[in-house]
Amino acid sequence: MATKSLHATKNKLSDPKEQLRLLSNGVFAADELPLFTEKLKASQQFPLQAKAIEILQINVGYMCNQVCSHCHVDAGPDRKEIMTKETMQYCLDVIKTTGAHTLDLTGGAPEMNHNFRWFVEEASKIGIKDFIVRSNLTIIRSNPKYYDLPEFFKKHNIHVVSSMPHYTKDMTDKQRGSGVFNQSIKALQELNAVGYGKENSELQLDLVYNPSGAYLPGDQKALEYDFKKALKRDFSIDFNKLYSITNLPISRFLEYLIASDNYEEYMYALVEAFNPAAVANLMCTNTISVSWDGYLYDCDFNQMLDLKVASNVQHISEYNEKILQNREIIVSQHCYGCTAGAGSSCQGSVT
Amino acid sequence: MANYYDSSDLRKFGEITEWSEDLGEKFFEYYGKVFEEGALSAREKSLIALAVSHVVHCPYCIDAYTKDGLQRGITKEEMMESVHVGAAIQSGATLVHGVQMMNKHKKLSM
Repeated sequence: MATKSLHATKNKLSDPKEQLRLLSNGVFAADELPLFTEKLKASQQFPLQAKAIEILQINVGYMCNQVCSHCHVDAGPDRKEIMTKETMQYCLDVIKTTGAHTLDLTGGAPEMNHNFRWFVEEASKIGIKDFIVRSNLTIIRSNPKYYDLPEFFKKHNIHVVSSMPHYTKDMTDKQRGSGVFNQSIKALQELNAVGYGKENSELQLDLVYNPSGAYLPGDQKALEYDFKKALKRDFSIDFNKLYSITNLPISRFLEYLIASDNYEEYMYALVEAFNPAAVANLMCTNTISVSWDGYLYDCDFNQMLDLKVASNVQHISEYNEKILQNREIIVSQHCYGCTAGAGSSCQGSVT
Repeated sequence: MANYYDSSDLRKFGEITEWSEDLGEKFFEYYGKVFEEGALSAREKSLIALAVSHVVHCPYCIDAYTKDGLQRGITKEEMMESVHVGAAIQSGATLVHGVQMMNKHKKLSM
């Protein structure tokens, strides 16, 4: 299990250009598999156009207490990219005027940003229909200063979305690190204790399932059923929904695919599972992703590949929803990850 | 054709329809239907398929249903138990013929 990011070890795959080069060569350059744009053209869906912005997803920093083997952010304790209070202020100004109904805070571990609580308090005053924080669970147990996070989330009616790759220790720890499963279970029990995920409670607790290896996720409903049954039976844990998310072939997951000699097979699986019906509901068409330094992207994955929005407006300080809404989405071969099978997004399946 | 089995041939399975369209299509339609949720769950069927894959010694099927199991969140312990079910039936099938051997032995012996 890695303890450092690709960035810290100066792995060549920490360079977005290197990742994009790789994703366009090999099976794609050899015409074994069609480019993503060709697939879109064949289903009369090229170019991919953005629609009205419904979700504002803000990445408040790449620092994390975990170093997960599949992480598309390449997050970890050694990452120093953290959103400043000044950039957060720009975000707050946008939240006041946006037509988006959902605010989605992510990271890294967003809670590790020193201004995280201030930002949540200020944003929550503005009044957002759905205010999500993507919490990795173990952060709640990692240090006494985070022990009160469940109460803090409750106070601001935060919709907590947490990663949980499996309901067994073995598969969870393999992906997320030794000891993560037990700590995650404790954190879920603490969230339940303040009312999260309980029947008749407004406090929403959703789980995110990512495969722990080079395979696609199964049916979201079936997985949700199995997770609910097992977590209730073994740990008395309740939660609301399970989002099943496909691992995209970028960053640390790409590095894993190549190192384990699974890359080609995985790309074949993604391309074969291309579902034209998933394209219409891709999250990039209704989301704006904001990076720690305030730049705008079509999604968190494009952010990690440094593919900024194709628009005159590229920074939160000059945010203009009207201009951004009609932009063309930037695509590459990694996008096959979101169009496979039932489709994949930060809200799970899209069909 | 250096090898009898090539794992990338699994991706070409659908091509069998090209040389016999009607039968191929009927087979894949039937195959798809068999694995749908029914009186048995798709999860249970996946584990049965994995066990049978081992019994019929089909490397393509083993690859396919190991992956299918992972996609469904089936644990490695469940997968291995299903293989043992297949193995138990297969070895049982061998051993139950021992009764025939015993019968014949008794009949021919004084």
